[in-house]
Amino acid sequence: MSENAEATTALNRKDFVSDQDVRWCPGCGDYSILAQVQRLMPELGIPRENIVFISGIGCSSRFPYYMNTYGFHSIHGRAPAIATGLKASRPDLTVWVVTGDGDGLSIGGNHLLHALRRNVDLKILLFNNRIYGLTKGQYSPTSERGKVTKSTPLGSIDYPLHPITVALGAEATFVARSIDVEAKHLTSVLRRASEHKGTAFVEILQNCNIFNDGAFANITDKDQKADAQLVLEHGKPLLFGKNHDKGIRMAGHKLEVVELGNGVSEADLLVHDEQDPALAFLLSTLMPPTFPAPVGVFRAVDRPPYDAAMGEQVERAKAKLGTPDLDALFNQGDTWDVAP
Amino acid sequence: MQSETVAQKPIEERDHVVIRFAGDSGDGMQLAGMHFTNETALAGNDLSTLPDFPAEIRAPTGTLAGVSGFQLHFSSADIFTPGDQPDVLVAMNPAALKVNIGDLPMNGILIVDKEQFTEQNIKKAEFTSNPLTDGSLDRFQVFEVSITKLTLNALNDTGLQTRAMMRSRNFFALGLTSWLFQRDIEPTLRWIESKFAKRTPEVAEANRRVLKAGYNYGETAEVFRTAYKVKPAAIAPGRYRNITGNAATSLGFVAAAQKAGRPLFLGSYPITPASDILHELAAMKGYGVYTFQAEDEIAGVGAALGAAFGGAIGITTTSGPGVCLKGETINLAVSVELPLVIADIQRGGPSTGLPTKTEQADLLLAMYGRNSDSPVPILAPATPADCFNVAFEAIRIATRYMTPVFFLSDGYLANGAEPWRVPAAADLPEVKVEFRTDPVGYYPFLRDPETLSRPWAIPGTPGLEHRIGGIEKDYLTGNVSYAPMNHEQMVRVRSRKIAGIVREIPPTELNGPDEGDVLVLGWGSTYGAIESAVRALQAEGKKVAHAHIRYINPLPPDLPGILSRYRHVLVPELNMGQLVRLIRAEYLVDAIGLNKIQGQPFKVSEIVRKVSSLMEKK
Repeated sequence: MSENAEATTALNRKDFVSDQDVRWCPGCGDYSILAQVQRLMPELGIPRENIVFISGIGCSSRFPYYMNTYGFHSIHGRAPAIATGLKASRPDLTVWVVTGDGDGLSIGGNHLLHALRRNVDLKILLFNNRIYGLTKGQYSPTSERGKVTKSTPLGSIDYPLHPITVALGAEATFVARSIDVEAKHLTSVLRRASEHKGTAFVEILQNCNIFNDGAFANITDKDQKADAQLVLEHGKPLLFGKNHDKGIRMAGHKLEVVELGNGVSEADLLVHDEQDPALAFLLSTLMPPTFPAPVGVFRAVDRPPYDAAMGEQVERAKAKLGTPDLDALFNQGDTWDVAP
Repeated sequence: MQSETVAQKPIEERDHVVIRFAGDSGDGMQLAGMHFTNETALAGNDLSTLPDFPAEIRAPTGTLAGVSGFQLHFSSADIFTPGDQPDVLVAMNPAALKVNIGDLPMNGILIVDKEQFTEQNIKKAEFTSNPLTDGSLDRFQVFEVSITKLTLNALNDTGLQTRAMMRSRNFFALGLTSWLFQRDIEPTLRWIESKFAKRTPEVAEANRRVLKAGYNYGETAEVFRTAYKVKPAAIAPGRYRNITGNAATSLGFVAAAQKAGRPLFLGSYPITPASDILHELAAMKGYGVYTFQAEDEIAGVGAALGAAFGGAIGITTTSGPGVCLKGETINLAVSVELPLVIADIQRGGPSTGLPTKTEQADLLLAMYGRNSDSPVPILAPATPADCFNVAFEAIRIATRYMTPVFFLSDGYLANGAEPWRVPAAADLPEVKVEFRTDPVGYYPFLRDPETLSRPWAIPGTPGLEHRIGGIEKDYLTGNVSYAPMNHEQMVRVRSRKIAGIVREIPPTELNGPDEGDVLVLGWGSTYGAIESAVRALQAEGKKVAHAHIRYINPLPPDLPGILSRYRHVLVPELNMGQLVRLIRAEYLVDAIGLNKIQGQPFKVSEIVRKVSSLMEKK
């Protein structure tokens, strides 16, 4: 609960820290994400009372309790639906949804899909740690095939979902990925998401040091990350590697990794285009060890958001009607009078 | 088409008439019934309707499964039901005859479309011989009318395809019956004009011609010797319109939201028989109505709850299978204490059950169908027009007590129609919604001492930033709390808050003596059948009374006193006995049930018979 309501201009990170103790496990990747979000908020210049965080169930979904904004910790998988109702009826609010790989892609997959395709102006952060943490370590819909967990002692036989591919399939208008430990990159992606009009979907690769430690170690380890991450930048060639000496180019209908030199130059590489759906899809399938994992904005396109369209329909109908008159509404159609 | 032209044939007066239109589900019987109803309403009769149709949009033509019916009871006195049995049956084909003829009493009027009694259709209807010629209809007044031929004749110069012409057959039946009961077809002509004239003028012309052809046939052909007239009913003065339960429900919701000065947000997924509320409200956006057709039932109620968090009047509409899916979100609303109305338009179950047929079997689902102790107020309308008042009241209670509220209608109320005395908006009760704005002394769960409801503090309000959620909360601050005594305190206060709604309940209306032999206690759509039965028994001097409750959770505070003053308490319900269980458990009264689970409303005679048998018991 807040005791202070100072002018929005003077807000700093501390103003977005609630008085509740953060109860994630020590070392959890969620701490870093929370810190970056709290750091970003004052920059946005949005009055604190106009910001709402809505979540489902799971470790990540405790997030709203730690933000000193309006918050709603709801039920498993349903945050996108609840957020849609709020944003559609209150377009003046800035609404963030915090979900996880289980909450967003398993029990709540349907709602996520439909929020994305409607393009409701929500900022959806999906913390992907490829495990169920709160229920103590069962495999999730993003767990790799063969994963041994408490519920899959002989290895998981499910094929995983790729969150970015799913979001692109639903034609989300903003699709991005970042990493819990890459503070600067994460902040820049979150800023882009906050500026987007429409659904912004951000997958955040997040470590669960208790039940899935090293979930993305092959992408985040300091000594190999330059070779394992492909930082996407609109209009720039797809270059990576410690010495910027590797790149991605088209080979028929597929992508391939090439080393620069020996007749291969930057001009041969693909140039990232945030508005090209086919390229975004191809990039969404890249994963180590064969490829680097792309991070950054896969896709950013403009489409009128759902909530604005809904508001316009209501406003147009109101203008057409003039002053609402219940008596006129009640008396619509054929009526007759019974005299006393 | 008015009285000056119909003087040739004698007109016989009747107090009341029950007419049933029956045909193939593609024959437009619902439409014919609806317009006959509208003409009847405008003639000033009291009326009550019962549409009865299959779940399949178009079952195979001519089969028994495809028969659709519409029954209308109209009268010069107060009536409460669509009638136990028809006086007049219009059967558009052999299948419709087969399905309905068992309900027609001796000497009843039967009108059939003669051309449809072909060998093939007779076989499809599973008759072994032609009922028009085998003598099986001798006990009725049968009118074999060439509806098909006369329709085609009326349209033979229009250039329309035969199939298109055949679609107007229902208007012939409507025209003919309109003449038979001296209804003015002007309103129907107006409707045809507004519905078809712009986009399909040829359809408008065809329907107009056939309607008039049917009317004129009745008047001129030497088939019907008399027409009938039912005088206007002596009903309370005022302005009236004919209304279905779903339309009245929609208006009730809009009216309450307008009175509250807040937008109305409906989150809904299409489901029979509730979808018409979504359609009605989608057309009322000018009144600040937001309609969200969600991806599923869960998202429908979720979006409504999200909108309520933001300060809108959140409602969701559904039927039983949808309520099952919404349970977790309703529980969340109980826990975070936000206003929400769940309109359950009940239908036959379990599972998909009988989508288009009526039942009252979701009462205990609404009462108990959530994990843990999760009290939710339950209100139930008694008649189609009453849906307006109860939908309005549901929103008033939800916002005053910051709670989800169940509104339990059913298929019979939803699609049935009756005259509605149009209220003046100014006379409607107040719906007071005040958002908390003062940060001084604010706690999210600091309760109003009288109602025990927490403040409604909506996003956008500076200084009141707070978090709510489904985890148990501290009694005052709303912060997460797992403390044992705090949990017990919260469970008890949520329960006390709902129990306190008794202060809103008006005295129970009792029709009949204050004490006596039998009290018939009802809820929901059984009102009409019970009231008619009790009046009939009272006319015979029986000491029988009728009490009908609209508030089921909590129950009316005066109910135990009333129950104690009769030798027997009978609870008729369209289920296996749900209210009767609550009554027995709550008051230790030996109430007994009368239960019908056929997808059909009670007949008056069924209740009369049961009460009579109780009277004989010592």
